[in-house]
Amino acid sequence: MRIGVILEQWPNERRVSASPDTVGRLRGLGFEVTVQAGCGVGASFADAAYEAAGATLGDPLTADIVIGVRPFPVALAAGARPGQVWISHFWPAQRKDELQAWADAGVTLVAMDQVPRITRAQKLDALSSQANLIGYRSIVEAANHFGRFFPGQVTAAGKVLPAKVLVIGAGVAGLAAIGAARSLGAVVRAFDTRPIGEQIQSMGAEFLEVKMKEDGDGGGGYAREMSPAFIAAEMALFLEQAKEVDIIVTTALIPGKKAPLLVMAEAVRAMKKGSVVVDLAAESGGNCELTVPGEVADVDGVKIVGYTDLPSRMAEQASQLYGMNLWHLLDDMTRPQGAAASAEQANAFRVDMDDEVVRPMTVCHAGAVTWPPPPTAAKNPPQVVKPAVATSAAPAARVAKAPAKKKKSGHGHAAPSAPPSKAAMATLPVAALVLLALGPFLPADFLSHLMVFVLAVFIGFQVVWNVTPALHTPLMSVTNAISGIILVGGMVAITATPDDLLSPTTLVAALAILLAMINVGGGFLVTRRMLAMFRKEA
Amino acid sequence: MDLDGLSTAAYIAASALFIRSLGGLSNPETARTGNVQGMIGMALAVGATALLLPAAALPLLAVVVIVGLAIGGTLAQRVAMTSMPQLVAILHSFVGLAAALVGFASQLGGERPTGPEGIIHSVALYAGIFIGAITFTGSVVAWGKLEGKISSKPLTLPGRHMLNLGLVITVLVLGVVYAMNPEHGLPVLLAMSAIGGFLGWHMVMAIGGADMPVVVSMLNSYSGWAAAADGFLLQNDLLIVTGALVGSSGAILSYIMCKAMARSFSSVILGGFGAEEGAAPAPPAGGPVGEAVATDVDTLVKELAAAGSVIIVPGYGMAVAQAQHPVNTLTKLLRARGIDVRFAIHPVAGRLPGHMNVLLAEANLPYDLVLEMDEINDDFPETDVVLVIGANDIVNPGALDDPSSPIYGMPVLHAWEAARVVVFKRGKGAGYAGVENPLFVRDCTRMLYGDAKKSVDALLAGLSAES
Repeated sequence: MRIGVILEQWPNERRVSASPDTVGRLRGLGFEVTVQAGCGVGASFADAAYEAAGATLGDPLTADIVIGVRPFPVALAAGARPGQVWISHFWPAQRKDELQAWADAGVTLVAMDQVPRITRAQKLDALSSQANLIGYRSIVEAANHFGRFFPGQVTAAGKVLPAKVLVIGAGVAGLAAIGAARSLGAVVRAFDTRPIGEQIQSMGAEFLEVKMKEDGDGGGGYAREMSPAFIAAEMALFLEQAKEVDIIVTTALIPGKKAPLLVMAEAVRAMKKGSVVVDLAAESGGNCELTVPGEVADVDGVKIVGYTDLPSRMAEQASQLYGMNLWHLLDDMTRPQGAAASAEQANAFRVDMDDEVVRPMTVCHAGAVTWPPPPTAAKNPPQVVKPAVATSAAPAARVAKAPAKKKKSGHGHAAPSAPPSKAAMATLPVAALVLLALGPFLPADFLSHLMVFVLAVFIGFQVVWNVTPALHTPLMSVTNAISGIILVGGMVAITATPDDLLSPTTLVAALAILLAMINVGGGFLVTRRMLAMFRKEA
Repeated sequence: MDLDGLSTAAYIAASALFIRSLGGLSNPETARTGNVQGMIGMALAVGATALLLPAAALPLLAVVVIVGLAIGGTLAQRVAMTSMPQLVAILHSFVGLAAALVGFASQLGGERPTGPEGIIHSVALYAGIFIGAITFTGSVVAWGKLEGKISSKPLTLPGRHMLNLGLVITVLVLGVVYAMNPEHGLPVLLAMSAIGGFLGWHMVMAIGGADMPVVVSMLNSYSGWAAAADGFLLQNDLLIVTGALVGSSGAILSYIMCKAMARSFSSVILGGFGAEEGAAPAPPAGGPVGEAVATDVDTLVKELAAAGSVIIVPGYGMAVAQAQHPVNTLTKLLRARGIDVRFAIHPVAGRLPGHMNVLLAEANLPYDLVLEMDEINDDFPETDVVLVIGANDIVNPGALDDPSSPIYGMPVLHAWEAARVVVFKRGKGAGYAGVENPLFVRDCTRMLYGDAKKSVDALLAGLSAES
C-alpha cells in the first residue's frame, strides 16, 4: 500500500498532512510513502527530512491512499483512480454538490471532520487537535497586538494591573484559550450557553452566566441556537463586559450555519483603546460584527484579529498533530480492534463500512455517496446525562488537560451497546420453523399467548438495554416488585373454588398472595428509598 | 357491566405502565417517575383482579395483602444500603415460592382442559413449579451467602455436573409421567419440587462470592420466567407480559455482569470458580514477585494534599466497612481544596449490579462524579493518586498481562497507570476470586492496612489537622 502526501493548494495553508515523524510511523505499519516535493516547506519540514524518514519524492496522486489537510479541489476527482482512498477534511454539509463527482470517480472519500464523538475515536479527532492549537494561538495573537502585560505586577516603576480576558464559547478552543491566558497571568472570564461552569472553573476562569433558564446544548458537543430573548440578554452581558475587559476571544460556531453574531459594533466601541478582539469564527462569518476575515481591523483603537489561518501559523505543530490523527486512523483501518501491531499490517488495509468510526467518516464509497451516515441511535442510546462539552470549532472537551473529560459520555452506558444477538439470531429461524411445523396442531389460544410472550420478551430487551449501570440495583428491586404480579395468579386460582374459603386451593393461593405482596411492598419502597438518594451535584 | 372486559383493559394499562416503569430507570432523572408508574400499574392489576373474586374471598384477600405489604414495607425501611444484595436475594425467593404455590393451587383446584390444551396446561404448570422451586432455594442460598450465614466458598460435590444432569433428566421423565395422568399428579409434583429445590440449592452453593452479581441477576431472571409460566397456565396475559419483562431484564443484567468479568455464562453457572475440579486452587505459577510496601496515614495525607487529581476505586470492602459516608466527607474536603476527585466503578464491584452506585448515592455523593470503567479508564495515567478502597480483583493487572491468571481477559480498572496507588485493605489475603494481585507489589503501590472506615476516618482527621 502506498500513501501519497500532497502539497496543500489552499491560499495561506502551510500545514501538511504528514510530518517526517509520522511518515516514519506510517512506514512502521508497512506503508510506502510518496510525498510531493515541497509539501512540508510551509511547516519547516525539508524534503530531505521526509526522505530520511523513508519517503520518496514523486506524484502523490497515483498512490493507493492520498492524504491532505484541506478539502481536495473537486477538479482532482477527474484524474482519480477507482478504488483509491482520499483522506482530508471535507465538510460534506458545505460541499454536497461535489460529493457526486467523487462518487462517480469511484473514490472512497474519508472526511477527517466527520470523526464520531466516541471515546475510541478521540485519538483521531482532528477537529479537537486543531482547535486546541487555535485556542492557544488566539491568546498569542492577542498578546502580540496588546500593548500591555498579561500578568499583574508590582514593580519599582509602578503597579501593573493584570489583563482581563473574556472567552466566549468554552469548547476545546475556548478551554485552550482560557488555559493559555491563565498561564500568562491574565484574569479570565468565560461564557457559554451550556451549563459547563465546572469545566470553565477547572481551567481557572470565572464562569459568566446569563440570568435566564435555557439550555444551549445542541447535542454532539455543539451549542444550539438560542431564543431571541436569550440572545438579547447575552448581548447586554457582553456589552457590559466589553467596558471592563482588555481582550475578547470568541469561539462560537454552530455546525453548518453562519457563526452567530455576538460582539456588536457597539460593544467594540465600548472597549478601552488598545484592547484586542480575536475572532476565531472569522472564516464562518465571524462572531464580531466588525471582523474582516483574514485581516487585523483597527476600529477606534481596538484591534480586531480576524485571521483565518491560525493553525497554519503554527504549521509545524499543527501538521505533527494532524499527522498523528491520520496515523491513528490508518492504524485503526489496518488492524482489527485488539490485535497486536505489526510491521506488515498495511496489507490488511480496508474500508470497513461496519466500523462505528470509519462508517460516519466515509462520505463516498464504491461509487455511491454515503453521506450523511445512517443514524446510529441504537448504538448511542438516548442521552442520559447531557455530554457537557464544548461549543466552538470542535467537539468534546479533549484538550489534553481539560478535566472536562470526565463527562465525555455522560452517565451513558458503557455497558454493552447491543444485545449479544448473533447466537440468539441464529436460533430464531430454527424456532420459527419449529413453530411453523407445530402451528397447525396447537390451540389458537396458546398461540396468541405465545405471541404476547415473545413480544414482551423483545420489549423487555429493548427497554432494559437503556438502563444506566448506575441504576442496576434499583432496576433489580423494581423488577422484584413487579414480579410480585404473580399474586394475580394466586387470586385467579382462588376463583376456581369460590365457595370454599378453607379449601386447600384457597389456602395455598392465599399464601402465594401474601408472599408476592411482600415483594410488591418491599420492592417498590426500597426502590423509592434508593432513588431518593441519587442526586446530581447542585 | 362486563367485568372480564374491564379487567382486561386494566391489564393492558398495567402492562404499559410496567414497561414505562422499566424504561424510566434508564436515567436517574426519570427513575422516580418510573417507580411510581410501577406502583400504579400494580394497584390497577390487583384492583381489577379483585373484581373477579367472589365477595366472600375479599376479606381474606384484604388480610393477606395488608400483611404482605406491611412485612415488605418494614423490610424495605429497615434494610441498610450495604445489605441491599441480601434483600434483593430474599425477595427473589418469595417470588419463586409464590410462583410454585400458584402452580400447586392450580393443581389442587381449577379445571383441567383436555386435548392439546391439556398438555399445554400440564407443561406450564410443571414448568412454573420447577422454575419456582429452583428460584426459591437458589435465592435462599444466595441470601445466606451474602448475609454470611453460609460460606461464600464454592461447594464442589464430586461429580456434581453428572449429578445435576441426572436430576434434570429425572425431572424431564417425571414431567412425562405427570402429563400422562395429571389428575393424580400431586405426588409427582412434590417429588419434582424436591428435586428442583435441591438443584437450586446445589447450583448456588457451587458459586463463589465474587460471582454473586451474576447469580442474583440470574435468579431475578428465573423469577420472571416462573411468573410467565404461570401466566400460560392461567391463560393470563398480564402474568405472561410481566414475567417476560422481568425475565429478560434479569437475563440482560446477567449478561452484562458476565461480560464485565470476561466469563461465559455457563462457566459462572456451572460454578466452582477458583477451585476447578481435580486440581486444588493452584497458586498462579510464578506469582507476583516482590514485596508489598506499606504506608501510613500521615504520608498519604501529604500525598493527597499535593495531588491535583484523585480517583477513588471502591469495592465490596467499602460496603463491608460502611465507609461510604467518610469517603463522601473525604471527597468534599479534597474538592474544597481544588483537587479533582472522581470515582471509578467497575461493573462488578460489590455483590449486586450497581451496588457501589447505590452506596455512594446513599452517602449523598453527586452521581456525576461517579464514572463507569469505560469512561475513566483512559484517565488513570494523568491521575496523581488512586485510592483503592476495599477492591481487589477489579484492579488486578494480571487480568491483562498474565495468561495464567484465572481472571485473565476480564476488563479491569487500570489503577496502576497512575503516579501513586494506595490500596486500603483489611489484611494480606487474596480477593474473593482467590487470585493474587500483582498490583500490590508494583512500584507505584502502597498498602494501607486496616479497616477501611477507620483508615478513611484517620485520613480525614489528618487532612483537617494539616490545613
